[in-house]
Amino acid sequence: MNRNLFGWGQADTAAKPVAPQLPKPPEQPYTSCPECKSLYLSEELHRGGGVCPVCNHHLRIPARARIAFFADPGSFWEFWPELQGGDPLDFPNYVKKLTQARIKSGETEGVITGECTIGGNQTCIFAMDPGLMMGSMGSAVGEKITRLFEHAAEKQLPVVGFCLSGGARMQEGALSLMQMAKTTSAVKRHSDAGGLFVSVLCDPTTGGVMASFAMEGDIIIAEPNALCGFAGQRVIEQTIRQQLPPGFQRAEFLLEKGFVDMVCDRRELRGRLAEILRLHRREAE
Amino acid sequence: MRAYEAVQAARSNRRPTAKTYIDRMIDGFIELHGDRRFGDDHAVIAGIGLLEGAPVTVIGIEKGSTTDEKIYRNFGQANPEGYRKALRQIKLAEKFHRPILCLVDTAGAYPGLGAEERGQGEAIAENMYELSTVRTPVLSIIVGEGGSGGALALAVADEVWMLEDAYYSVISPEGAASILWKDSTQAERAAECLKLTATDLKSLGVIERIIPTTDLAGAHMDALRAAVASKLREKQALDTYDLLEERYQRFRKMGGDFQ
Repeated sequence: MNRNLFGWGQADTAAKPVAPQLPKPPEQPYTSCPECKSLYLSEELHRGGGVCPVCNHHLRIPARARIAFFADPGSFWEFWPELQGGDPLDFPNYVKKLTQARIKSGETEGVITGECTIGGNQTCIFAMDPGLMMGSMGSAVGEKITRLFEHAAEKQLPVVGFCLSGGARMQEGALSLMQMAKTTSAVKRHSDAGGLFVSVLCDPTTGGVMASFAMEGDIIIAEPNALCGFAGQRVIEQTIRQQLPPGFQRAEFLLEKGFVDMVCDRRELRGRLAEILRLHRREAE
Repeated sequence: MRAYEAVQAARSNRRPTAKTYIDRMIDGFIELHGDRRFGDDHAVIAGIGLLEGAPVTVIGIEKGSTTDEKIYRNFGQANPEGYRKALRQIKLAEKFHRPILCLVDTAGAYPGLGAEERGQGEAIAENMYELSTVRTPVLSIIVGEGGSGGALALAVADEVWMLEDAYYSVISPEGAASILWKDSTQAERAAECLKLTATDLKSLGVIERIIPTTDLAGAHMDALRAAVASKLREKQALDTYDLLEERYQRFRKMGGDFQ
């Protein structure tokens, strides 16, 4: 059954699944854990989900490595890989900065979107990329996330979203701010159509992403010690003129304050996501 | 008007604040307090009254005029309870089929310890989430500063208007300058880059109407009052389905059509 209450999902934004590109080999062959300094082969570390086996620190990993870790092998199909934004404000150095990030990360934009299965459960998925201007949300990122929720609503699929972002992309000015409203509107429609959204807060989730879809999940899961907050810590310190307490704006702090459902180790998260998806499975109507 | 002139004008002490607009445009305004969760945020004024004889819900971010007032109003920087107070009024407006007028004037949501503890991000997200489908017309006017998410939390609307000397931006020019050039004194240059004036935003499709300051003239801000009343009547005449579809499409197209 395909309820289309609002008449969206026009053909021009429809998902045309394509086989995803392979993850680009890591820039640096070795990665050292920023916490305990243990040294690892980057590829091996990414394959293991990017958690340091010695100190359990959760490293920032590329979006493609994250999807490879969470999606069932061979199940991921990518949507709109070619979609990219321009430079609507003619902002100084933006094109240069974006181009450098694209070359370095091998991604065209700050989020990867598509469909996959997790533990056999069909779901839409997005993962934001730290290598592309720290997953900042410009118009193209907003567009891909919006389209994914529209697609999910139409196909009656859940969405699992890995949020990782410094916030709105300043270089696109108010247009990037408007992506908060645009994505939010799509999340709301997906929700009103009965869709499940599991939001996973990765390190860092801040600013305009924290204040929009990241906090709009039906279930919100944070990765251990992930920095999640609205205002930047330096700004807060300057405003209140005192030092922030340890652990402020970390995942465990949000759990304590009641703003996330759980903090979950990345290595256990795949199983946890599969269980949640299974519990929300919609039987064929 | 140059970008930084607009920023300075928007921050000027002599500017009418949200309260001035309410006093002059709304008859018999009844202020309603509190979020029923934590407290009453003085940075947000919310209530009901009559606009050209028709009931309306008004929500304004208020900066205050005197020093004492500014402190009382937390300089127009709302905490989560301010956004939740607004949300409660939004829900009431929906229940009683009253259109909503939002008057936005804030440097941004308050970046404080308590604000984060009480979920500033969640509060802003929740307001946008609910406003996106609230079944009554919403008109937002940026009357002074339109500071990022803290302003957008009250500007997910059917139309957004701006005073000609207001600004609306994703980040303060000072913040942008310190990130871009590690030098917050280059705010003037950053303001130009951010395209934050009413004229810029109209051409980017972010706002629908620029309000000339001359529209504020007269004991009841006559021209503005008439324009707001007529727009709300026009939106109220729409079928709910069309109203919500138009609101969705308004934001849906922002940032390009990516065909």
